[in-house]
Amino acid sequence: MALFSSTSPHQRIKRRTPEIMKMVILGLTPGIIVHSYLFGLAIYVQIVLAVVTAVAVEALFMTLRKRSVMASIGDYSAVLTAILLAIAIPSLAPWWVIVIGTLFAILIVKHLYGGLGQNIFNPAMAGYVLLLISFPVQMTAWLPIQSMQAFPVTFIDTLSLIFTGFSVDGYSVTQIKTSIDGFTLATPLETIRNALHVGETISETLKTTLFSLDSLQGSQWVNLAYLAGGLLLLKKQVIMLYIPVAFIVGVTVFSFIPFASDPDLYSSPLYHLFSGATMLGAFFILTDPVTASTTVKGRIIYGLLCALLVVVIRNVGGYPDAVAFAVLLANMCVPLIDYYSKPKVYGRKRT
Amino acid sequence: MTQETVHNTANNADLESDIAADEVDLTANEDLQIYKDLSWQGLWKNNPGIVQLLGLCPLLAVTNTLTNALGLGLATLFVVIASNILISLIRHHVPKAIRIPVFVMIIASLVSCIQLLMNAYTYQLYLSLGIFIPLIVTNCMIIGRAEAFASKNNVKHSAFDGLMMGLGFTAVLVLLGAGREILAQGTLFDGIETLLGDWASFMTITLYNTDTSFLLAALPPGAFILMGLIIALKNFIDHKIVNK
Repeated sequence: MALFSSTSPHQRIKRRTPEIMKMVILGLTPGIIVHSYLFGLAIYVQIVLAVVTAVAVEALFMTLRKRSVMASIGDYSAVLTAILLAIAIPSLAPWWVIVIGTLFAILIVKHLYGGLGQNIFNPAMAGYVLLLISFPVQMTAWLPIQSMQAFPVTFIDTLSLIFTGFSVDGYSVTQIKTSIDGFTLATPLETIRNALHVGETISETLKTTLFSLDSLQGSQWVNLAYLAGGLLLLKKQVIMLYIPVAFIVGVTVFSFIPFASDPDLYSSPLYHLFSGATMLGAFFILTDPVTASTTVKGRIIYGLLCALLVVVIRNVGGYPDAVAFAVLLANMCVPLIDYYSKPKVYGRKRT
Repeated sequence: MTQETVHNTANNADLESDIAADEVDLTANEDLQIYKDLSWQGLWKNNPGIVQLLGLCPLLAVTNTLTNALGLGLATLFVVIASNILISLIRHHVPKAIRIPVFVMIIASLVSCIQLLMNAYTYQLYLSLGIFIPLIVTNCMIIGRAEAFASKNNVKHSAFDGLMMGLGFTAVLVLLGAGREILAQGTLFDGIETLLGDWASFMTITLYNTDTSFLLAALPPGAFILMGLIIALKNFIDHKIVNK
């Protein structure tokens, strides 16, 4: 039997940064489309705002740094950061929220650390955390799915809400989201947290009409769509298998342990997998080539670490969702993980 | 007893010769040059806040408003001048081996004085600064000046060095406090009456009104980020000066 042996390089596909970034953006589209179908068109307004801000800031900063403006805008990394941030925040947040977040992400988190490839923190997630701790009110104003909204929110209303804070008829975001039988609607994750605080069990909370109809299902569909987009990226070999798999397995295992010990106090693994930003995080945020670990073992450790942090923060922390915090904390550990997971050189003993 | 007296006299003789030497060696011009140098070092080149990065704990913790920053800055300024003077006065009497405990005790006494004074006259500010007034004792900037300058130089120069270092530190505090207060609340000199008395309340300026404060600026991370930006700005200006 003739064995064919080739010399390196074994990877034949030559991909440049713009191409990878464009494919990641493409992978996001199913999630964005499902999101806009269920929750309204506001998400597109946020994306446009974020992208315009990001490109403007990137161009300005590159001019200041006397680098090529076109090359840095043309690699689409700023655009991707902007889109990730825009889909992470509540769609009807005022315009200045996304502008401040994008400014911070591009200017402070990316360029002050040295630009693309040098930043230690994921810019989109750092921007998200900045917004969450600075503007908790605006950042937790999630709308129910469209069929549950008390007033029909047209596209004009959406624009008006984002830019002036009130719809054409003069309703604020709070009025739109609270008027359904007086319910305050948050993300499902937050609703469960609040219910636990007042002493209800999870099974009770899940039975309420609010839950059977509303954004729980919405966010499950959105998560499924991001899963589909993520699988597309895997198929196209834009991202590697290790981080998403480690993360998803990690979330399942780590959330099963408390769930098995007391199902009334801790949510089920399935619930953890398909709510919040789990799928978006697994395929699009954790896999950021700059801030994630670069070795095989390191990627598995990184994914598991993120999963552990997500489950711990969701179960006992003070904020509803945890992916952003988990990613930032894991980003800090990446240099250490990389250092200790260096593969050994062929022919050498591990030192 | 006799030994001690002898030792003291020797020291006194030393001190006198030292002062004499100062007066003999330095012409008025050279003296002026020293003061210029001390100002430049304290306010810019060797600024305790943004170059030596000393005393970061109070620097970052209490600068959430301009009033707090100014209050702590003035308290620190007072302590560093007084401690420099006292330490310079006793510099020939302190055995080398135990100088640090002696310096710390002097600084601690001075901080206790300022703490009691603030408790008596600016009670609201005293409450809002809280633990950071007693913590001035541990401000490395003060012990650093005592060790590096006051214990080796005469009283006049030490006092001036304390003034300039204190002013440099206060300037950074004020800059940070103003920046964070503008970002977080859109005001300047909010609560200034707690520092200067009721007559000063006209100084409170509202730059813009907002329902939603930019919380990050008021929280510790905001202080770190703004501090980093101020240091970057200083380096940028230095760079420009060198390039000219």
